[in-house]
Amino acid sequence: MSGIPDSIRIGNGAGFWGDNLDAPIRLAEKGALDFLTLEYLAELTLSILAHQRRLNPEAGFVADFPATVARLIPILKTQPGLRIVTNAGGLNPAACARETAKLLAAAGMGGEKVAWVSGDDLMPRLGELRSAGERFRHFDTGEGLNYFEAAVSGPGSGAGSARSGEGLVSANAYLGAAPICEALDRGARIVITGRVADASLTVGPAMHAFKWGWEDWDKLAAASVAGHLIECGAQVTGGLLSRWQTVPDYAHIGYPIAILTAKGDCHITKPEGTGGVVNRETVTEQLLYEIGDPARYHTPDVTLDFTETDVEEVGKDLVRVSGAKGIRPPATLKVSCAYENGFAAKGDLVVSGRDAARKAKATGEMILDRVNQAGLPLSRKYLEVLGAGATLPGVETQPGELKEVVLRISVWDKDKKAVERFCREISPVITSGPPGISGYAGSRPKPRPVLTYWPTVVDRDHVRAIVYVRGAGELAS
Amino acid sequence: MIRLGDIAHGRSGDKGNHANIGLIAFTPAGQAYVEKEVTAEKVKAYFHSLDPDKVERFALPRLYAFNFVLWNVLGGGASDSLRTDTQGKALATALLEMLLPDPINLADMLPPAARE
Repeated sequence: MSGIPDSIRIGNGAGFWGDNLDAPIRLAEKGALDFLTLEYLAELTLSILAHQRRLNPEAGFVADFPATVARLIPILKTQPGLRIVTNAGGLNPAACARETAKLLAAAGMGGEKVAWVSGDDLMPRLGELRSAGERFRHFDTGEGLNYFEAAVSGPGSGAGSARSGEGLVSANAYLGAAPICEALDRGARIVITGRVADASLTVGPAMHAFKWGWEDWDKLAAASVAGHLIECGAQVTGGLLSRWQTVPDYAHIGYPIAILTAKGDCHITKPEGTGGVVNRETVTEQLLYEIGDPARYHTPDVTLDFTETDVEEVGKDLVRVSGAKGIRPPATLKVSCAYENGFAAKGDLVVSGRDAARKAKATGEMILDRVNQAGLPLSRKYLEVLGAGATLPGVETQPGELKEVVLRISVWDKDKKAVERFCREISPVITSGPPGISGYAGSRPKPRPVLTYWPTVVDRDHVRAIVYVRGAGELAS
Repeated sequence: MIRLGDIAHGRSGDKGNHANIGLIAFTPAGQAYVEKEVTAEKVKAYFHSLDPDKVERFALPRLYAFNFVLWNVLGGGASDSLRTDTQGKALATALLEMLLPDPINLADMLPPAARE
């Protein structure tokens, strides 16, 4: 275990919470990996986990992860070098680590070390941060949250949230690779974090393996590009590809592997014998996925400049990515917050027969009119006639005569009662509206609480990551 | 007329209430044509019904690529939007349907497999 390796292989077996459950197992079996990463946290996932933790203090992490570890145990035994890094900890990395440790201990692996990282969750520290001058103003609009700025009214100024911070459900800073690297340096076999930048799941192992300097910006950039490319799982191995017809064997799509060298070279590949493809098209599309200005892509570890990046096919399912430049990242860290903001619901009906699109629109208007008549006007409502170009209204060219469409009605209101009334008003139209309406067999929709996303920043000096490393046996008992 | 999708491929996604479309020409000739024909103004007009605040275009020349950022185009974003496509997943496929005048050197712009 001494010395610095020439190269490492990092595979990512999950691109979001809900991704294919077999993917991490297949990737670990066939990938000859040094590190398996599993990425679970989309922008709003933590607010969902906050809700779960309120119901049960031992919850609040991605329960798919321990279930996956249980299936990975035989592989961890036959591949003693394989280590796992994940953000499955969500809002409760300690509980996730205990659950994971129990599984290891029960399998006779109590001597393995499990690490967890805390410090991203800012909810317990809001008062302290406010005193330190943090204002949590909206990243794009500059609007303020009531809790921080009573005088400023913004979308967060619901009566319940005024001054109290009530209504704010989650506030998590994006940590970087340093705590992950520290956990691996201290011998952790499995590292569990809450919110970290997705790319940092890859940068952490690279920093651990290669001992690069934390200001070696171009190397951090290379590892971050690798992380950015594999963080969405199969999106770089054929998923979403424009020319999807050219992708072989989608059903057995392989998940991606980044091969990084000590010099900072980066290749993307996938296990042999799997479906999908890694080529210039898949890698370039994913390189541009969800980025803004390609000269300034911020992560907590490094700010990337993609503008001189090269992507070249060097073998079958083997693509070299080079030329990413790095500069010092901003003094602030991104923070994702969410607050409770009313209720939404949507209902679908299948409308068939002559003039289906016009009939669907009329049916939707009837339903909304009836909710209005009940004295519960809805503040926001939206009709879509799916099949007639509704996903991008006014953009897609309209098809001719349609004989079958789906009517989708979506509504929002602060008042749950109004949304509930809408939910009840869908089925009556089946007997009191136009003919040819079917597809209503599903149960009545239910109002869903809306969690509004609130991106902001915090001074990085105000955030402290803490790394805990324990033996699985000790942690389990 | 040709479809933009004849000479380029792409992918779209979201960041809060904003969306981006990565557009990649298959060849350098296609890149030059896209640079001239698919401007930020034209993309803003193409998606006018979705009412983006503004559209910015960034170039990644070595990849024959352009990144378009569409500001406040998602009707509120992932949780707030009442639309079906809350995350801008359909934007790239729609952009690839954009019609462009016939170029004189179309054969130089097609993906390798289509030229064979």
